[in-house]
Amino acid sequence: MNYDKLVFELSSAGRVGFSLPDSDVPGKPLAELLPKKYLRGEAAALPEVSEFDAVRHYSRLSRMNYGVDTHFYPLGSCTMKYNPKLNEDMARLPGFARLHPLTRPEDAQGALQLMYDLGQMLAEIAGMDAVSLQPAAGAQGEFAGVLMIRAYHASRGEKRTKVLIPDSAHGTNPASTAIAGYEVVEVKSLPNGEVDLDVLARAVGPDVAAFMITVPNTLGMFEPRIMEITEICHAKGVQVYMDGANLNAVLGITRPGDLGFDVCHFNLHKTFTTPHGGGGPGAGPVGVKSHLEPFLPTPVVVKHDDRYALDWNRPKSIGKLQAFWGNFGMLVRAYTYIRTMGADGLRSVSDNAVLNANYIMKRLESEYDVSVPGPCMHECVLSARRQKKQGVSATDIAKRLLDLGFYAPSTYFPLIVEEALMIEPTETESKDTLDQFCDAMIQIAREAQQNPTIATSAPVTTPVRRLDQTRAAREPNLRWSVPR
Amino acid sequence: MANRYIANTSAEQREMLRTIGAASIEDLLTKIPPKARLSRPLALAPALSETDLIRHLRALAATNADADRYVCFQGAGSYDHYVPSPINHMISRGEFFTAYTPYQPEASQGTLRTIYEYQTMIAELTGMDVANASIYDGASSLAEAALMAHAATERMEVVLARGVNPLYRRVVATYCDGPGIRLRDVAAPDGVLDADAARKLVGKKTAALIVQSPNFYGCLEDIAAAAELAHAAGALLIVVADPVNLGVLEAPGRLGADIVVGEGQGLGVPMSFGGPNLGVFAAKNELVRRIPGRLVGVTVDADGQRGFVLTLQTREQHIRRAKATSNICTNVALCALMATVYMALLGKQGLQRVGELSAAKAHYAAEQLTKLPGVTLRFPSPFFKEFTLRLPKSPATVMSRLARKHILPGVPLRPFDRTLGDCLLVAVTEQRTREEIDAFAAALAEVVR
Repeated sequence: MNYDKLVFELSSAGRVGFSLPDSDVPGKPLAELLPKKYLRGEAAALPEVSEFDAVRHYSRLSRMNYGVDTHFYPLGSCTMKYNPKLNEDMARLPGFARLHPLTRPEDAQGALQLMYDLGQMLAEIAGMDAVSLQPAAGAQGEFAGVLMIRAYHASRGEKRTKVLIPDSAHGTNPASTAIAGYEVVEVKSLPNGEVDLDVLARAVGPDVAAFMITVPNTLGMFEPRIMEITEICHAKGVQVYMDGANLNAVLGITRPGDLGFDVCHFNLHKTFTTPHGGGGPGAGPVGVKSHLEPFLPTPVVVKHDDRYALDWNRPKSIGKLQAFWGNFGMLVRAYTYIRTMGADGLRSVSDNAVLNANYIMKRLESEYDVSVPGPCMHECVLSARRQKKQGVSATDIAKRLLDLGFYAPSTYFPLIVEEALMIEPTETESKDTLDQFCDAMIQIAREAQQNPTIATSAPVTTPVRRLDQTRAAREPNLRWSVPR
Repeated sequence: MANRYIANTSAEQREMLRTIGAASIEDLLTKIPPKARLSRPLALAPALSETDLIRHLRALAATNADADRYVCFQGAGSYDHYVPSPINHMISRGEFFTAYTPYQPEASQGTLRTIYEYQTMIAELTGMDVANASIYDGASSLAEAALMAHAATERMEVVLARGVNPLYRRVVATYCDGPGIRLRDVAAPDGVLDADAARKLVGKKTAALIVQSPNFYGCLEDIAAAAELAHAAGALLIVVADPVNLGVLEAPGRLGADIVVGEGQGLGVPMSFGGPNLGVFAAKNELVRRIPGRLVGVTVDADGQRGFVLTLQTREQHIRRAKATSNICTNVALCALMATVYMALLGKQGLQRVGELSAAKAHYAAEQLTKLPGVTLRFPSPFFKEFTLRLPKSPATVMSRLARKHILPGVPLRPFDRTLGDCLLVAVTEQRTREEIDAFAAALAEVVR
């Protein structure tokens, strides 16, 4: 019998799960301290459970999840690598975790030094001149980057209204660009996912502010003509933005700044091992070339004679993105990781990430269609179009993998590949794990030929079976209430 | 040398290369043009062993005046509240903290159920119909709310009370720049919204009126009056509230708020130098299809059993791309889990207790501190757990003198508002003891004497 409780359903009036002291100060009760109109008329209906009730409940719920710690997670574009335990310990040091954000800089030198040094390290890794650690996630990094580009053009008296984005891009690229006030123009890619230079050359013009691309691209391929691309853009005054989601492929091999990019963001929760946490928090620092530095978000961490400070005097800044300085806890984790790895270690990360992806592609190429012939970079995109003809879709394959003890690859992305299965193994997985995964994928392909219902009726071993998405959206039930 | 985070041995690498049909890893990188290659190793500090790295980071951490070694009266959007022990244990379970966004719901029921619980608890506390799965922090939640109000009303102005946290106002300005939304400020001469001034600014161009309660100065706003004022002009009312206070303070939804946002850090999330935080976002049902970010809903599986999924995803960037209601993808799910476990543990009684203790101690502290010569409350309006003190000595001096005694007395307001250059914002949570408050008063007495 599967566990199917919500914490509200465990509630018993009068039970408590906390320990708070009695008041040690003299004074009036709240009802006399504050006028009644400010006070809650009816107590909030929160659950009433014991500490152990809660601990067992959340422990049981956790077991209904697949995590990287328990399962291979070949999610393309997400870089689901091992999240080192040391990072967690370091982020929890009281000197970091218990530090108030508005502590005077002279009383927070260690925290500021860590931020300053992390910024320097990321700048070196990306070949950029300056980095802001403030963006809370990749999408906010994109937003910051596009706003900086906008401010840069405005500072030169230029009115550019469009941003070019390939049809293979992550959805956040057009979304971030649109809220920054730009018209998004989708640029058609070549069938192999590469940028069509003729199309690009025709599209760039005086009304285009930026071209935003992912390198390696979302088919896991390096753009062989990337330097021509950035040149074509710069010749027309167009800024070039790199989505850094796939940075895990190129650490120490090539750098966005050296390729001609003006801006790039980093996903610390991908490349730099901060945990995904079931959807966040992440951190999306953004790196820029010197001409964009005046526009960085406020404040900027600066160093003067071995003292660190927050510089608020940034008249050209795009402003603030979150209340404080960035997702500091994530910055501690990323810093810990980079200091663990060093230059050689990071280079080895990309080498092994690329090796692992190519190994999977090779082992699966006879059973699945390869979207673009290899070698690939850190991920490979397969197509289940052969299986689809047998009645088994990319979704079915994903669900069947869950039964075989693996999380699923990203499916139906990039949009330009039919029945896409996007597989990113990362460097932290061993050959043994990759072999088990490939064996499972081959088994599924063979099952598809012989008995497609195995996949179409999967999963059967998970806490719930396939879920009715349509029903959830048609009659949204977004909060629990007491059953009548 | 071998690295503990990389699994393949060199023998395995060779074997894999043989399968691939490549002579070396270099052979796999041939698509990268030679002139694009970095011809030197990255110039990074040398790698450190685990022991050396711990020593280094402990040394860095030790230079910070954290709330374990210092007595913290600082607030202004981040607070030293009680964090029950089980929270850290629960979020440290690898099944939670190393999971991805629950796009494969059958393998993510744990995360999905906790988000559904979180949505329910936040909706209950705020008095709203629906809450999302989280935004980055309180400030970005407010910015998203302003954008949502603009989209929902198709109006081009947002009116902000001066009592809204100035750091939040700056984030709202960043987000409103793209769509060209005009921001207008209403003064707060007595620490709260000047209703007459607001009435002049809120009109048929106004998408939303934004108030915060308790506001940045600690004062409680009259939310019901603000709602009436906004609604009379056909505008929405956005309320910024700290959910940890809502165990005792009236739910903004019951007072007429259309959208409630806030910083949920107080719900069991460490201060962590300002992030990651927890952006709370809740709204009325009419706005559900415009809400930014993820939503979890109930459905059934192929056997008719209850299950949970991400829903109404056509609002989101991965489906709607440039037409999405927001660009948010990654949120702060693990912080939302901390808050969920916190709210489960504290429950109905605990959150009330936290509110009562915070208010009692804050009022005791205000009473003790204002007994000192020249120390007064800056504003006459009622406050809750935070208040603005006017000091006879420069707040900067007070800060450095008290730091020597390991007391962080508050947040000087000069950087936020020049007219409040002599003011210190003091926050007192349930964590503070009478002894600590008395020590603060005694230390301040020495400075102002």
